[in-house]
Amino acid sequence: MSDPVFGPAPDLDADPELVQLLTPEGERVHHPGFDLDFTPEQVRGFYRDMTLVRRLDIEATALQRHGELGLWVQSLGQEAAQIGAGRALLPQDYVFPTYREHGVAWCRGIDPVQLLSMYRGVDHGGWDPAEHNFNLYTVVIGAQTLHATGYAMGVQRDGAVGTGDPTRDTAVVAHFGDGASSQGDVSEAFVFAASYNAPVVFFCQNNQWAISEPIERQSRIPLYRRSQGFGFPGVRVDGNDVLATYSVMQAALRHAREGQGPILVEAFTYRMGAHTTTDDPTRYRHADDVERWRLKDPITRVEAHLRRAGLAEDAFFEEVAAEADELGERMRRECQALPDPDPRNVFALVHAEQTAELAAQQASYDAHVASFEEVHG
Amino acid sequence: MTTMTMAKALNAGLRRAMEDDPKVLVMGEDVGTLGGVFRITDGLQKDFGDDRVIDTPLAEAGIVGTAVGLAMRGYRPVVEIQFDGFVYPAYDQIVCQVAKMHFRSQGRTKIPMVIRIPFGGGIGAVEHHSESPEAQFVHTPGLKVVACSNPADAYTMLQQAIASDDPVVFLEPKRLYYSAKAEVDEAATPPPLWRSHVVRPGTDVTLVGYGPTVSTCLDVAEVAAEEGRSIEVIDLRTLSPLDLGPVLESVRRTGRLVVVHEAHVTLGIGAEIAARVSEECFHSLEAPVLRVGGYDTPYPPSRIEEAWLPDLDRVLEAVDRTFGF
Repeated sequence: MSDPVFGPAPDLDADPELVQLLTPEGERVHHPGFDLDFTPEQVRGFYRDMTLVRRLDIEATALQRHGELGLWVQSLGQEAAQIGAGRALLPQDYVFPTYREHGVAWCRGIDPVQLLSMYRGVDHGGWDPAEHNFNLYTVVIGAQTLHATGYAMGVQRDGAVGTGDPTRDTAVVAHFGDGASSQGDVSEAFVFAASYNAPVVFFCQNNQWAISEPIERQSRIPLYRRSQGFGFPGVRVDGNDVLATYSVMQAALRHAREGQGPILVEAFTYRMGAHTTTDDPTRYRHADDVERWRLKDPITRVEAHLRRAGLAEDAFFEEVAAEADELGERMRRECQALPDPDPRNVFALVHAEQTAELAAQQASYDAHVASFEEVHG
Repeated sequence: MTTMTMAKALNAGLRRAMEDDPKVLVMGEDVGTLGGVFRITDGLQKDFGDDRVIDTPLAEAGIVGTAVGLAMRGYRPVVEIQFDGFVYPAYDQIVCQVAKMHFRSQGRTKIPMVIRIPFGGGIGAVEHHSESPEAQFVHTPGLKVVACSNPADAYTMLQQAIASDDPVVFLEPKRLYYSAKAEVDEAATPPPLWRSHVVRPGTDVTLVGYGPTVSTCLDVAEVAAEEGRSIEVIDLRTLSPLDLGPVLESVRRTGRLVVVHEAHVTLGIGAEIAARVSEECFHSLEAPVLRVGGYDTPYPPSRIEEAWLPDLDRVLEAVDRTFGF
């Protein structure tokens, strides 16, 4: 379509490029720009990672249905995008997740039970960000993309970009979803990242849905092309293909670490579950849509590839399945054992330097609690 | 000892803080090459470089949000919001992220950020350039909020705010940037940041102000003295946490309190002070706590702002009323 005054519109129907190294059927294909040689160990490792992370997700969903968690945010279907993005990281890279990156958390060494505590209402985030170079989950949509960009500006000021030292050069990852791409904070993060050439990889998991709003409501243009408008490259990868996601992510991180500036990676995937355990997707999407995507499952294609290429046999898959069962059992047990915090402790957590006002409020809370003991002995 | 305007005092305080700690950064719109629209950051980029004095894109949420990331990486960003009325695009980042990060992380992630905001009216400006939004930040747990009223305080309070590991909203009364001039002793031991201060002792009435209204209160005390009334004036300095010790001690002597601020009188800081004073000094009060503040309308066009802002006459009227109960 071409406007007589304004010329041709952006080509919205052009077939978006989709980097893929493993088809849904498990056939290994090649891509000119992003191909890598994977060792059998690596591919088996991806299978194990994804299977355990899926089990983590299924177990947490069950725990919520049993009343052990107030809420769970399901990562079901997005395992390849997250394991691929997570395993490509170097230890010094820093990650800013949303609230659904359980697979990336797994790669950063966060124990699955530590993911449960905020959803159980025991805390607002159960790990030490500095210990894992993985920020706490951010619930405000898109806010963390600015934090990631600022962190990357700090990395630049530390001289940890483009030195060539593989233990020093640092990339920062900003996770966000298709819905978040509409938020002002995300556009502003793109502006700042481009203006300062910051070493940040914007990793968008386009899982097609923002609760009930489909991607078409968020954007007329494929999301990976949005970054061009801000002045930096973007690439769309098959988010259900762990090999392709790993490969693209590794290249994007290297691009950032070398000082070439920001990159947008759009992992094209699907939210197989609900937005959260309070959501009912049957109210807004078709079962057929979900079934279409089930044929593109990230884990079955890896299993198919491993078996067909003779890289793994029944024993391996049974071992992983047993490990998943153990993980599930441990999560159930340890979730129920998570201790509730003491309300009196919140007052001291507000500031680095406590105020007399809050200390006085804590004292009045203590007196209030003590008054019950006096009455009832 | 140097005579400085408030603007020069802030500039000198920033310079000192940046010399003392290489992690201190200054960032905001026009702060670098231009030196800030009020010239508060004049000369800093030339001396400290554009890595430390950062001209940003025009996006307040982006400025505060990236400052959060810089703080997480170990820097101490001093963010400038160009005018009070333009803090709102950054409000979500301030309230949901800056204020809550320490609490959310159970103390593991500190945000040692200062958000400098030129505030208040009386400068003949167009809409959105004369606001007093401080109550909204005081109502946000996790933030600390201070307001300087004179050059000496501007010099020391800004450095102390930068040295604090907590995020501080630092309010600067813009109408006094160039009209307030005072001796600043750069070598003196500064008074503690989180303390209010009796700036003029008195016996009959307690007048409390902060930022631009402290000098109004001092003018009121001068006029009242001529009429035989002795007014004690207190500069709050810190709004969150509030240091009401001197106010309570004063009210227990005078029995009468008037709070003066440019911010809208409804749910302004005066309302909180009135509540606390009535709880702590109930039996000392000869009259209810009165408040003189901006009316509950949006800030008016500047040709009539002097009629809208709390002035000498309105404060004197309130002082008189405290003797009518």
